[in-house]
Amino acid sequence: MMSYRYSFSRKVFVVFNYCLLTFLSLLCLAPLVHILAISFSSSSAAASGTVTFWPKSFTTAAYENVFGKPEYLRAFLVTLQRVALGTSLQLLLIVLTAYPLSRDNRVFKMRTVYVWFFLITILFSGGLIPTYMTVRMTGLMDTIWALVIPGAVPVFSIVLMLNFFRNLPKEIEESARIDGAGHLDVLWRIYVPLSTASIATVTLFSIVGHWNAWLDGLIYMKHPKHYPLQTFLQTIIIEQDPRYLTAEEAEKMALISNRTSRAAQIFVAALPILLVYPFLQRYFIHGIVLGSVKE
Amino acid sequence: MLRRLKLEWPLHLMLLPAIVLCLIYEYYPMIGIVMAFQDYLPGRGFFGSPWVGWKNFEFIFGVPEIGRILFNTVYIATMKIIAGQIVPITVAILLNEVRIQVFKRTFQTMVYLPHFLSWVLLSGILIDILSPSSGIVNKFLGLFGIEPIYFLGDEDWFPYVLVISDVWKGFGWGTIVFLAAITTINPNLYEAAEIDGAGRWKQTLHVTLPGMMPIIILTWTLDLGSVLNAGFDQVFNLYSPQVYSTGDIIDTYVFRLGLEQMQFSVSTAVGLFKSVVSLFLISLSYYLAYRFANYRIF
Repeated sequence: MMSYRYSFSRKVFVVFNYCLLTFLSLLCLAPLVHILAISFSSSSAAASGTVTFWPKSFTTAAYENVFGKPEYLRAFLVTLQRVALGTSLQLLLIVLTAYPLSRDNRVFKMRTVYVWFFLITILFSGGLIPTYMTVRMTGLMDTIWALVIPGAVPVFSIVLMLNFFRNLPKEIEESARIDGAGHLDVLWRIYVPLSTASIATVTLFSIVGHWNAWLDGLIYMKHPKHYPLQTFLQTIIIEQDPRYLTAEEAEKMALISNRTSRAAQIFVAALPILLVYPFLQRYFIHGIVLGSVKE
Repeated sequence: MLRRLKLEWPLHLMLLPAIVLCLIYEYYPMIGIVMAFQDYLPGRGFFGSPWVGWKNFEFIFGVPEIGRILFNTVYIATMKIIAGQIVPITVAILLNEVRIQVFKRTFQTMVYLPHFLSWVLLSGILIDILSPSSGIVNKFLGLFGIEPIYFLGDEDWFPYVLVISDVWKGFGWGTIVFLAAITTINPNLYEAAEIDGAGRWKQTLHVTLPGMMPIIILTWTLDLGSVLNAGFDQVFNLYSPQVYSTGDIIDTYVFRLGLEQMQFSVSTAVGLFKSVVSLFLISLSYYLAYRFANYRIF
């Protein structure tokens, strides 16, 4: 396909192209590396603004401070809890909902009606305040369920999954049905095992979505001790709300410059994403492409 | 009828949990929109509060800053859409020229990453690196004798910081769909072009780009639906009263009105206005995508 005799201008382009792409990819990591370098630097080095991409006067004081902070650890636990509960609930609902919606209209007459029922929720929503009122009326305020239940039906993931199910060969299902397998059998024993790539994709979306969500924690939780990590960080880093600091902490904060401590908190909160993501990467691209391609 | 029910009931049953949850947390709030036409009192619920007709809407459109907020929303969102398309398309084409697979994969792993980090974390990072006193960006600009710029506190800079950081976060992820489009192009077309004497540049112009066109048109059309979505998470975590004049958008205004000033009904009215316009735009975009790109979501 490629001609092997490169012209001079082609060579110039290739070199330029590799340089540009390398620069772009480094640009994506640079801010994170910089924050990491700051988090391991001494507070005076960080405050002087001389740290670039390598720590200056290396110290782990900021991390000792972060992990010694009960609020941070508590918020971390709330997040782990919501990720575990939220992701399993979402996965269950995605698979259960996508299966009937992937049936042929001839087999499942009501299919189109149901699909529209779910699609309308992407097209239109009650908005911030009515949703807030509903969560309040159903008694979820200030409980972990406020972070899990209102968003338990992720319609985009359902659409991805149902498109994937529709592309599975019909013969497998038909022969299983003839052998007397019910719909649930077909789903659990045939469809789910055949859909690992798509399931990995929607799992990643669920985990990342729950890990990163912060607004629901901010509006549905009355006590800061119930905040998930992102909400906690939002109030402490972005708003820098002094309400959440005790006098003792404020003193500690002064000792360890705000900057290194903030950097360490940001990095610890990003770390789980950095760890899961490369493993799931090969699945999600595959999953997205398969899920969005239709016959 | 009965026979059909006997065959279909497990399917209905499987849908039941999701339906119930959607009815409560998606459809019930839609009924709650009646708040926009009431003077909502928290104790009285959606139906016990006094009705006030269009008063809340008259109030909003009389607020002096509303024009600016609408302008900011559309301006920021449109710039994000345009830049958020051009950059990934260009990068996808450039990446397609790369023959070293390891380089390609490493590049992809690196540029997809920011997409997965929340705006809370990225805002924390941006606040640090853009700080006028100690931020690395201003230190770098200082090397060229440029005075420190207060990027996040300057009305002129703020919208551009939003657009640039949004493109930075999303361009890698955006390339996925365009790369997929490039791989569907028939290799024979390149061969034919080469035989006709077309160099790589001509091939890109006359084979790759036209081959990507359906997807490009499709994504532009679908983006039409987000002209009123300027990015709540990002703006909320980066803005401050100094930059309200150029950075305040509909969603942040709804949040401040509703949850900080407790003006539930007025806030809902603004939200409803946005939802109705968005619904119109999204429907239009799906219709156009269906007409011209033969695209169907399900």
